[in-house]
Amino acid sequence: MAEPSIDQIEKVITDSLVTFGADPEAISRDAELEALDVDSLDLAELSQIIEEQFGVELTSNDVAEIKTVGDAIDMVAGRAK
Amino acid sequence: MSGERATGVQQRPDGACALVTGASRGIGAAIARALAADGWPVAVNYRSGADGAAATVAAIEAAGGRAVALQGDVSDPAVPAQLLDAARSQLGPVAALVNNAGLRADGLALSLSDDDWQRVLDTNLGSTYRLTRAVLREMIRTRFGRVINIASVIGPRANAGQANYAASKAAVIAFTKTAAVEVARRGVTINAVAPGLIDTEMTEDIPATLSERIPAQRAGRPEEVAAAVVFLASDAASYITASTLYVDGGLSA
Repeated sequence: MAEPSIDQIEKVITDSLVTFGADPEAISRDAELEALDVDSLDLAELSQIIEEQFGVELTSNDVAEIKTVGDAIDMVAGRAK
Repeated sequence: MSGERATGVQQRPDGACALVTGASRGIGAAIARALAADGWPVAVNYRSGADGAAATVAAIEAAGGRAVALQGDVSDPAVPAQLLDAARSQLGPVAALVNNAGLRADGLALSLSDDDWQRVLDTNLGSTYRLTRAVLREMIRTRFGRVINIASVIGPRANAGQANYAASKAAVIAFTKTAAVEVARRGVTINAVAPGLIDTEMTEDIPATLSERIPAQRAGRPEEVAAAVVFLASDAASYITASTLYVDGGLSA
């Protein structure tokens, strides 16, 4: 699998968060997932999507470290190399 | 209330199937036949009853339905993923899972062996958990799913000689409720059906005098349990989740 660009990762994560019900206007790198009403079920689904799209497996411990949208993007980008 | 997060009422997706564990005989076979009659392609799982599973498939096909038999011991942790893959490749993604496989190994609590305790828990509770976990990963993505766990009146009620069975079935109901609330907003429902005394091979050694304690004054038929499962799997039951439906002739009242 070719290494995905940051833009690709950001788009997949942002699109997913919108699907989960997050306000598109409120999504930014610094936005906290909790403030976007993204909960543990959403993160479990996001992990599946990331695994399918980028082949990156996130454990529940990894997911627990993700506080902001930027955290998620950086973690996936770091693992996808 | 119509929040942005509302998923709405989802309908059974085209091309999806139902998987029934322990469906070579008894209640499981009746459930498989009834789901097929309601239009579901059905994966008929069995552990050792190949002939029974083949008969269930044949009966479904004779009635104009679609079914395949899938061998696998659901108490083996490797089996759930294999069953879901096999069902998907032959019939389509599993949109309804019926965790029916179960066994008894009766004895007074003070004399049960560790093995009899563990294999009843592994089959009745462990397999329900592992199969549900695996199937939920797909169901939350498609925003539709029906999981129906076959519990028992034994568990909510005591029955001397069945401490292991009662513990497993009470735990199935508890698992059903909590898992159901976790995924409810994804259009996935998880319910339990709790049969009372049903006429099957599994209960043929139970004294007939028990039926005197049943308000309906008779044992139930597997088809009467299957009817409840078909309803919970249907689009009509879309707002029912985390519930336990007793099919027991009033025994648990």
